[in-house]
Formats: sequence, C-alpha cells, structure tokens
Amino acid sequence: MGSHPAVKNAVTSHRQRRLRAGVFVAILTLVLAACGTGGAQDGLSPASERASNIDGLFRLTLIIAIVVFVLVQAAIIYTSFKFRRKKGEEPRPVKQIHGNTKLEIAWTIAPAIILAGLAVPTVQTIFENAEEPVDALEITVTGHQWWWEYEYTDLGVVTANEMHIPVGQDIALTLTADAGDVIHSFWVPRLSGKRDLVPGHENTLTISADEVGLFLGQCAEFCGLSHANMRLRVYAHEPADFDAWVESQLAPATVVEDSEGWELFVNKGCTACHAIDGTEAEGGGLNPGPNLTHFAQRDTFAGALYDSTEENLSAWLANPSELKSMRPDLNRGMPNLGLSDDEIATLVAFLQGLS
Amino acid sequence: MATIVEAPPVAPAAPSSRGGLWGWLTSVDHKKIGIMYGISAFVFFVLGGIEALVIRWQLAVPDGTLVNEEVYNQLFTMHGTTMVFLFVMPVSAAFGNYFMPIMIGARDVAFPRMNALSFWIFISGGIFISSSFFLGGFPDGAWVGYSPLSTQSEVIRMDFWAIGLLILGVASLLGAVNFITTIFTMRAPGMTLFRMPVFVWMQLVVAFLLAFSLPLVTVGLFQVILDRNFGTLFYDAATGGDPILWQHLFWLFGHPEVYILILPAMGIVSEVLPTFSRKPLFGYQFVVFAGAAIGFLGFGVWAHHMFTSGLGPVAETAFGLMTMTIAVPTGIKIFNWVGTMWGGNISFTTPMLFSVGFVAMFTIGGLSGVTHSIVPADTQQHDSYYVVAHFHYVLFGGAVFGVFAGVYYWFGKVFGRMLDETIGKWHYWLMFIGFNLTFAPMHFLGLNGMPRRIATYGDGLGWNYWNFMATVGSFVIALSILVFLYNAVRSYRSGELAGPDPWDGRTLEWTTSSPPADYNFAEVPVVEAIDDFWYKKYGEDEDHLPVRLDTNPLDPSASAPQEEFHVHLPSPSYYPILLAVGIVTLAYGFLWLPVGYLVMAAGLGIMLWAIFGWAMEDIDHPMGDNGHGEGHADDGGGDDAEAELVGTSSEGAE
Repeated sequence: MGSHPAVKNAVTSHRQRRLRAGVFVAILTLVLAACGTGGAQDGLSPASERASNIDGLFRLTLIIAIVVFVLVQAAIIYTSFKFRRKKGEEPRPVKQIHGNTKLEIAWTIAPAIILAGLAVPTVQTIFENAEEPVDALEITVTGHQWWWEYEYTDLGVVTANEMHIPVGQDIALTLTADAGDVIHSFWVPRLSGKRDLVPGHENTLTISADEVGLFLGQCAEFCGLSHANMRLRVYAHEPADFDAWVESQLAPATVVEDSEGWELFVNKGCTACHAIDGTEAEGGGLNPGPNLTHFAQRDTFAGALYDSTEENLSAWLANPSELKSMRPDLNRGMPNLGLSDDEIATLVAFLQGLS
Repeated sequence: MATIVEAPPVAPAAPSSRGGLWGWLTSVDHKKIGIMYGISAFVFFVLGGIEALVIRWQLAVPDGTLVNEEVYNQLFTMHGTTMVFLFVMPVSAAFGNYFMPIMIGARDVAFPRMNALSFWIFISGGIFISSSFFLGGFPDGAWVGYSPLSTQSEVIRMDFWAIGLLILGVASLLGAVNFITTIFTMRAPGMTLFRMPVFVWMQLVVAFLLAFSLPLVTVGLFQVILDRNFGTLFYDAATGGDPILWQHLFWLFGHPEVYILILPAMGIVSEVLPTFSRKPLFGYQFVVFAGAAIGFLGFGVWAHHMFTSGLGPVAETAFGLMTMTIAVPTGIKIFNWVGTMWGGNISFTTPMLFSVGFVAMFTIGGLSGVTHSIVPADTQQHDSYYVVAHFHYVLFGGAVFGVFAGVYYWFGKVFGRMLDETIGKWHYWLMFIGFNLTFAPMHFLGLNGMPRRIATYGDGLGWNYWNFMATVGSFVIALSILVFLYNAVRSYRSGELAGPDPWDGRTLEWTTSSPPADYNFAEVPVVEAIDDFWYKKYGEDEDHLPVRLDTNPLDPSASAPQEEFHVHLPSPSYYPILLAVGIVTLAYGFLWLPVGYLVMAAGLGIMLWAIFGWAMEDIDHPMGDNGHGEGHADDGGGDDAEAELVGTSSEGAE
C-alpha cells in the first residue's frame, strides 16, 4: 500500500512515539497507517506543515476515541454475556437498583477531563493554522460552475484548474466566487483542510507542499449539476522549475492572428468567453470560461476532468455537455457550437498550438 | 351534553362511523393517528431506501453510468429530505402519538382534532414534495438547500422543496404544541413529571426543540421562496445579500433537528433496556437531565456545520469547544444504559437486540462526532464521506435501530399480535451486518479524500474497494427490510396473541388490553412510583428482591375485554383533513402562477370552509361519539369520576 514517501514519513515519525507509548498504540498506529491509500487525494497522507498539524491532531483524537470505543464496547459485550438469561431459564428476580450518584459524577467528570485535554491542542492548532503566512506567494482562486480560475496576483499569471506552486513556500490563497455563482469549496487533502469560496466573501487559506509532485483535489461544497466534475490539480515544483513555469506563462501567446484556427476561434464566438492574453480575445462576458493563453501547457481540461488529448478535445468541441453535464443555456458551461469535423480538427490544432 | 351551537349549514352530518376508510380519515383517536403516522413513515422509508440503493449502485464502481448527474443530484437530495422529514420525524411522531398519552395515563392528547390536522398536513406535505417527481423532477439542491444554489435553480424543483418543508413545519409545530400541552396538563393522578417514563420526557424535549427551532428555518425558507419568486435579494451577493445568512438560519434549526431525530429513539431504548434487564433505568434523573441538556446545548453548536465557511479562529474555537461539551451528556446516557443492563437478568429478545445495537452503534457515531469538534480535523472531514459515515451511525445505527426496537417492543400492543422473534433476529443480524458494511467503509473513504454529493468519482484514487463493499452492504440492509416486511405482514395476520403484558413491562401501556380500547383506560390509573406498573405487580422480600404480588393491576378493560365502558371521547371530524387539503391546494397553486391564482383561491376557500366548520363544529355530536355514552369519565372532573361498566355493546348503548 503505502509506497508514497509521505506515508513512509508518517509511519516513521509515529514509530518513534510508539516506543514511548507502548504496544497498544503501536498496533493502533499501524491500523491508521494502513487506512491511508497513499493516493494523490488521500487526506491521511499529509504533505504540508498545516496538513500535518491537522493529521497529528486527528490521530491523537482518534487514538483517544478508539480507547473509549474499546472500553464502552467491551463493557456492553461483557454485560450482555455476564447477565444474559440462558435459554429456557425462568426469569430470575434481580435487585431493583435505581442508580448511583458517585458513579454518575465519575462518568460526568471523566469525559469532561478528556475533552478539556483535547481542547488544548485543538485551540492551538486552530490559531497556528490561521497564522498569517510570511513571504507567501499570493493566488486568488475564483470558483466557477464548474471550474477553477487562478490568478497569481503578484506575477500576473492567470490559469485554470491546474495550479503550479513552488515547494517549501507558503501559498496564500484568497478564495472567492462571482456574485452570480454559487458556493464552492477548495480542497486538496494532502496540502490542507478545505475552505469555501462564497459569492461576496473573500476567504483565506494557506497551503504549501513539502515535496515535489502532483496533488489532486476537487470541489467539496455541492455546487449544482457538475459538482462531481469540478476537480483540480496542484503541481509542486522545485523553486527553479516553478520560476521557469512562470516565465513560460508570461511569454506572449503563440497565436498567428491571420491563421485559419484563429479566424475560426474568433468567428465562432470563442472569444466571448475565453481570453487569450495579448490578443483581441479578452474573454469574460456573461459566461466567463478558462483563460486559454497557454492552454497547451495544461495536462487536462474541463475542470481537470479529461486529459488534453486530441481525441478528447475533438469530442469536447463536438458536444461539450456530452463529456461533462453543463447548462450553457443558463450561462453555465460551454455551449455546443455546432462545429463541423473539419472545424473541430482546425480548432483542436489551434488549441494544441497555444503553448 | 346539549348541542351548544348549530352546525353551519354547509356541513353535512358529522361522521359517525368508527371503522372503514371514513373512520380512519376522520379519526381523532391518537392511536389511529399514530398508526397512520407509522405506516406513512414506513412507506417513505422504503422510498428513501430505494433512492439510496440507486445511489449506491451508481457509486459501486468508478465513473458509474447508471444515472447522470442531473438524476443523481435529485436522488441524494430526496434521499436526505425523505429520511429526515418524511421518515424519522413522523415515525417518532407515530410512537409519540400512540404511546405518550397511554404512558401518562391519558385518554387522548389535549387537542385531538389538531392532532389529526397535524398528521394530515404532514402527509399532504410529504405527497407534495414527492409529487415533484412527476411535475418536473425532484428537488436537486441537497437537503440543506444552500443558497445561492437553491435560489439559482431555475425550475420549480426547489420551490417544491422550500414550500414542502414549510408545510411539514406547520405539521411539526402543531404536534409540538399539542404534545407539550398534553404532557403538562393531562397526566394521570400521581404521574408527576419525575415519574414519567423517559420516553415521554424525550418527547417533551423534542416538542420544545421543534417549537423553538422551526421558526428559524421558516424565516429562511420564506426568504428562499421570496428570492426565487418575487425578486427579493436576501441571498444575492451582487446586491449586498449574503449566502452565509442561510447557513446560519438553516443550522440554527438543523442542529436541534439532529436531536429531534435522535432523542425519541433514546427514549425508546430507555424503555426497552429496563424491561428486558428486569431492572429500573439506571440513573433516571441523570438520563432525563442529560436529554434536556443535549436539547439546550443543541442550540449553541450550529456553526460547527460551517467550520469551512470562514468564520475566523475565534468563532471556530467557541463553537468547537461548545460542540465538545455535548459529548458529556451523551456519555452519561450511554453509561447509564450499560448500568441498566449491569446486574440484570437480560433476555435478548429482538427489541433488546436492537436496543443494545443502538447503544453500541450510537457510541461510534458519538465518537466520530467528537472528532468533528476538533476544528482543524473537521476541515478535512467536512463534506466528505467521513461525515456521511458519522451521521448514518447516529441516524441509522441510532435512530433507525431505536425505531425498530420500538416496533418490535410495541407491535403486540398496537396490533394485538407479536412480531415473530426468530424472523426478528434474522432481521436484526442482517441489518446489523449490512449497516456496518455500508457505513463503516465510508469513514475511510472520507479520510481518503472522497467528497460527498458526487455523482461519479475517478479511478485510481484508492476508493474503489470500499465503495464496492458499501454497495454490497446497502443491499444487505434492503434484504433485512424485506425480512421485516414479511415478518410484519405474517405476524399481523397470524402472530402469537400478545395479551396485555407480554414482556412483563413496567409502564402504564402494559396495563391495557392489546390493542387498547378507544378510551385507553376504563379507569384512570393512579400512579405512585416510577415504573408504577412493575411495583403494582412486584413487592420486595427481605433481600430487596422483587416478589410477585397476588394482585391484578391491569386496567379493567384488559382483564374484561368483553365488557364495554362508558367513556366520553371526542367526536371524529373531517375538518382536519379538509384543512390539510386546502393548504396543499394553495401550495400547488403557488407553483404555477398566474394561472395558479385560481387554484390558490380554491385552496383558500377550502381552508376557510374547514376553519369555519371546525370552529362551529358540534363538539359533542350525538352520532359522532366515539365512546358512545352520555357519561363522562374525564380525569376526575366529569359527571362521573369513574367510568361505568356496562355489559352491552357500544352500538346498543345509545
């Protein structure tokens, strides 16, 4: 199972604690580690400081909960067997005990003490994770039905669904949604807990990645028809690689303005929704779609749902709602433009040329 | 009693028949109303269960293709709405209606016609919401109806949802007021508050929770309806409205609602465990106060449903700590239930199995609930399958197990024949296994990053195995329900006769015949202790062990079933059902304005007719008297303090 490095790290760090805490905790921790899938969206394989804070707190709570669970269930099972009337036995009179005040006080206070103990690290972690990040990369995330828009406010990069970040640096996310949109929730389990994107509000969330890699996430607040298809990816790079990515994003769009593809892109009305920076295509409007300036650099499209292959893109342009449920009639999602096969081929080539 | 006011000319003769369809439609008998609540709730349970099976079938494998997103979103919205509002709430109203009056020694609730009205409004509301299936599709904005998604949905689906919930809210409010009044004013002599069965206590707490929480969501629902239909902007961020407002209003109701769903089941279990342990409930006062404390605290924790909405660390801390405190009274209950079994002489009948299963499974739901109060951890769990697992352990492992404990415990009292024990145990174990197989894996799924309310999920995320197991489990649950249905039909026809007191019970309902007479008690009982019936059956020897006394503490109607008694009961009335029809007609009309104005006018007309007729109704119509007699046997206040015994049939008594 846990071939993922983060899982191994978690297991190792727990091993040290385990020696101190004894055999019981050892077994328990193994069980918990076994629960992680090591998948790219697995909340039990944290890959950032804040996600590790959460994970540690959860595991502590879980260990206490499992101890209480075992004690209570053992009491239920023991009582059930010990005081069970055997088959065929006549009912036996038993003492009519109405209660015991000392016991009541004991089992009122005991859970209260445990909870008070749990409250301390809980409150600590709440405030720790809410701390303002320092030297953070700032990204504004806007949730749309049903895709993600990322604006790197200091760098001037705008992209969609696939977020690129440098490892080891705090990323300060500002989370919001357009006034006409609905609530979404940004969740990349390995990097942080989730936080909602609410129309008219600006929420903040700090994420980071301790290691290079691809981290998956998706919208966690039900946002209508294609909620299940609103996925996202975070690519964490070494700082140098990240800088290179930024540079490639800032490069002018590779568009030949009198090519057949460009003509089609303009004439079919794509520019009404999709922007290509540095051209007359400014996007926006009633139904803003993802910025396509460097579309060909992205691995996926349609809310990170499909790989950007020629085949998938052709099928998408032929009938977008076939691949992903949308409501273009209500300005939510991409309409079917009624393109011919030749037009589709030309446009796919055009899109794949947007490197 | 003489007729005081002439019935209005529009009213035909008051209904007089007791049996048949008409008898059910016009009944104001709390027991008949209870049975109708129970059967309708069970029908909705099956409907909600079918929705769940489709959901599970869809999610059995990645990229499921059984239904598309549009259908899937409707299914989970209706599954939640149905199970919460059309199953668990009415089924607890069923038990409350049937047993609360009997358990406090009353002959009916305080407002019998209002009780009937409450049921008929509930069933109208249930049919109203469900009928959306044929009128454009089920609501599709999740059972929590978050704005602005609920106000954005362009078709009338979410109008069905919002208006339907308003209608159901009226039913619940009427029921709550009725129960509070009944419990405070109609108790038998000697039935002090602290001699009431815990089941009655929990019904009282629930009634107060309903009375205080429903108005909050009602405000929100009106805002949704106004936003959707009349261009108000409560939830429109573009014009200064705020979607978060809905979350506050909804969860201010929604969290007490959780306890509205679970406390009645806790009450049932608090009756079943003592009976089959042959011991009183351990720490009665503590269990009662813990229930009340849960009710109070339930109003102070709503924002723990909003830990990811950006409340800020101070509010998150406050609501996190407040949420933790709920674990204390909940723990008290669990420990006292185990304490009840300790030192007992336990017989593991089916109701006992369900009750012990309740304690065990609810403990799991309670513990996972504590992990939600750990705010940072909750930001991972929120809206993931972990939460789905948690509340199913509370509402299925808790409420549903409690409900079935009640069904097996009281079936014989209600229908006169016992449910079969062998089939019952098959039902229990199938349900226990199916339940855990379905919902335990969801803990892992959620922690592994699977969000809830998604119609499909991708391959390669490590979710395939547990999703498939959960689907298998859900069909085991379905099988267990089929076993129960078979048991219910078979036992209703040919089950073992129950007799008044099949379980050697402790509370007043077991002193009556099975099923109880219309008037419940021929003689109003005089109560001297908690578990009064037990102490009238058993004395104590020198070792403080119970010894059977040579007495007959049964109500005369139970020991002399062939006799009939002169007991005055309220007359049947068709105005409640008429008023409910008027309300639901009004609601349907609202959905298709402007043509609907005509339908609304018709609905209003029917309502006015019903209200007027109701107000003017002869309260003591000679033909409509359920109990058939001129004598009154009110609690010591009527013409005859004691019911008369007459040897003739009721029909001949007039």
